[in-house]
Amino acid sequence: MSRSRLSFITLMVLALVVTACGDTAPSPGASQPAVSQPDVDPTESVGGAPSTAPSESQAGEPAPSAGRLAQVQDRGQLICGVNGSLPGFSFLDEDGQNTGFDADFCRALAAAVLGDPEAVEFRAINADQRGPALQTGDIDVLIRNTTWTVSRDTAWGLFAPTTFYDGQAIMVNSTLVDATTIDELEGAAICVQSGTTTELNLADRFAALDYQPIVFPEIDPTYAAYEDGRCDAVTSDRSQLVARRTAFANPDEHVILEEVMSKEPLGPVAPLGDDEWFNVVKWVVYATIEAEEQGIDSTNVADMVETSENPVVQRLLGVTPEGTDPFESGLGLEPDWVVTMIGAVGNYAEIYDRNLGPGTPFDLERGLNSLWTDDGLLYAPPYR
Amino acid sequence: MTLNVDPPPVAAVPPWRDVRVLRIAAQVVAVIAVGLLVAFLARNFATALSERGLGFGFGFLGRSAGFDISESPIPYSPADTYGTAFLVGLLNTLFVSFIGIILATVLGIVVGVARLSPNWLVRRIASSYVEVIRNTPLLVQLFIIYFAVFLQLPAVAQSISFAGSVFLNQRGVFVPGPQLTAGFTPWLAFVALGIGVLVAARAVARHREDTERPIRGLTALGWLGLLTVVTIGWVLIGPVAFELPVRARFNFVGGLGLSPEFAALLTGLVLYTAAFIGEVVRGGIQAVRRGQVEAARALGLSEGETLRLVVFPQALRIIVPPLTSQYLNLAKNSSLAIAIGYPDLFKVGQTMANQTGQPLPVILMVMSTYLAISLVTSLLMNIYNRRIQVLER
Repeated sequence: MSRSRLSFITLMVLALVVTACGDTAPSPGASQPAVSQPDVDPTESVGGAPSTAPSESQAGEPAPSAGRLAQVQDRGQLICGVNGSLPGFSFLDEDGQNTGFDADFCRALAAAVLGDPEAVEFRAINADQRGPALQTGDIDVLIRNTTWTVSRDTAWGLFAPTTFYDGQAIMVNSTLVDATTIDELEGAAICVQSGTTTELNLADRFAALDYQPIVFPEIDPTYAAYEDGRCDAVTSDRSQLVARRTAFANPDEHVILEEVMSKEPLGPVAPLGDDEWFNVVKWVVYATIEAEEQGIDSTNVADMVETSENPVVQRLLGVTPEGTDPFESGLGLEPDWVVTMIGAVGNYAEIYDRNLGPGTPFDLERGLNSLWTDDGLLYAPPYR
Repeated sequence: MTLNVDPPPVAAVPPWRDVRVLRIAAQVVAVIAVGLLVAFLARNFATALSERGLGFGFGFLGRSAGFDISESPIPYSPADTYGTAFLVGLLNTLFVSFIGIILATVLGIVVGVARLSPNWLVRRIASSYVEVIRNTPLLVQLFIIYFAVFLQLPAVAQSISFAGSVFLNQRGVFVPGPQLTAGFTPWLAFVALGIGVLVAARAVARHREDTERPIRGLTALGWLGLLTVVTIGWVLIGPVAFELPVRARFNFVGGLGLSPEFAALLTGLVLYTAAFIGEVVRGGIQAVRRGQVEAARALGLSEGETLRLVVFPQALRIIVPPLTSQYLNLAKNSSLAIAIGYPDLFKVGQTMANQTGQPLPVILMVMSTYLAISLVTSLLMNIYNRRIQVLER
């Protein structure tokens, strides 16, 4: 008898605690925008978040406000998962600034959503943690040279349009290894980073060849072991090999083999289940591409707002000609978000050239990453 | 609750001062607290899972893994299943832990005894070793051992060679590997014959023991017979051939190879754990009463005999329980292998979690596997502990 009473008491207290959680947890995030981190704190989101959505709608707020776009705007800061150790894509410069191609897309998103390109918290995430970081919602967006695959699309998050079309390659030290094709690498030890598509492609490519994979979870040990001679070759996306090679003691000794082992479309990823936020991420990428196509860049965007008569440009820049209705993108952003964004980080070409183009140590050809009008793959749907 | 059943005969004690009531109340509160905690965690787990849209299942274990593993005690290819990959990781962990525990125990005992050595230099070296190793993080040590020691060995082309059959370079150490030949099975017949000789010799010896004329040394003769027969068989047939490592295009192939990742991890774990075991051993030895040593000396036992026959058996009883903790630490610390690329259980688990997009089931599997390893180790050590405790009387 005392046992059943005991469990009854337990249940009662439990119920009390549960309801108490439900009542109190949402209040900081929902009503007070001043709170810096309403829902992203992992400990809180585990305990309090489940009851967030229903309580908020009870409180009479419009339903979409529970979405990530509102969360980011309330927080006043975008949490962007980046690589952090990849020169040209995201890397700390001498001033401690996170710079690079991926980092600039984080800034573009922050400028579009918050009006401030510097309102970004960069989180360095290693390859293995990418999926869980998205799945748990710890980051708002992952812009970390991540390859788009079907299983990642369904398990990790929604892939926004590709920002960088890449392919996997293999690099060898030409002073030690005499090889020009991958087949000549039979029996070699090959350094590779775990949790990547590269790791899987390597296994595919060498299915019929004998080799030894040396696998590290972090990017730095992978290249340190290769440079120290633990491996005969190292494999990754071509852009990454080029970028990391610049940091070697003798960059000229290292040769990237011609063969392209795989397709590696790299792009931003938004957490699953939030269409509104996914649309924002998607159109931020498209807008940088469209801006390049329309000849809008950071230097002339202010003039374009004033002078352009082109309706395509006017819609993109949120300009409403007299006598017409304002164009509604439906993205939930300010009408002139593209102006803010392009003014802050520039169009696709500017972002590319600043981080990877001629004048940088990497000097990567645009190649596939040209506009469709220049025989590339960049193609933005109409903004209307 | 029991208050009404049996009211105290003397002046009525109010329930809040009745020890019996208070005891039960404390139990009830404790149970509620624990129950609440468990329920809270379980609820968090369930809601977090459903909220993130994370599935929970183990169906992926039967699917093809697709990634490769650098070293494996069993045949493995990317076409094998995730289950097989997990098993490879588990075997690698068990392998490095098992060897690590043995070597750390040996080194730890040496260090512990050296800490008490009357020799000033030996004592100082041992205590410097303990203090330096014990007070720096293992992860840092592993990085140093791997990148600054093993990877700085000569390149393959400049391998250090011993007698043309053992090679040492930054890709590992390569020794001749034993290979069973066709003569192995016939050779087993010689082994059986030898064992027969030994058994017969012992039977005769035992039989004669009860009579008036025991034959001394017959058992020893039996052992000698076993050894002779087996050796003759070995020479005649050659059941095992040694395959020499040969220089190939990129590295040595054939023979037995030990990767620098494994070597670095093993070295790190052994050095680190041995420092702790050394302290455990020193404590155990010092806990043996001084009179025991004096008595042993008075009986004319030498220094070594005193240690081996008197001090150590008694110290062992004190040493074994904390030693068990150190063994468990070593097994768990082996998960740091991930940092230097040794494919242990945790490393393979991480890759699985990532490639399948199912982190929670995989983490659960990894955790329960480590738990099982630790519990089995504890169990074995507890059995051993009970056996030496019985010897006390």
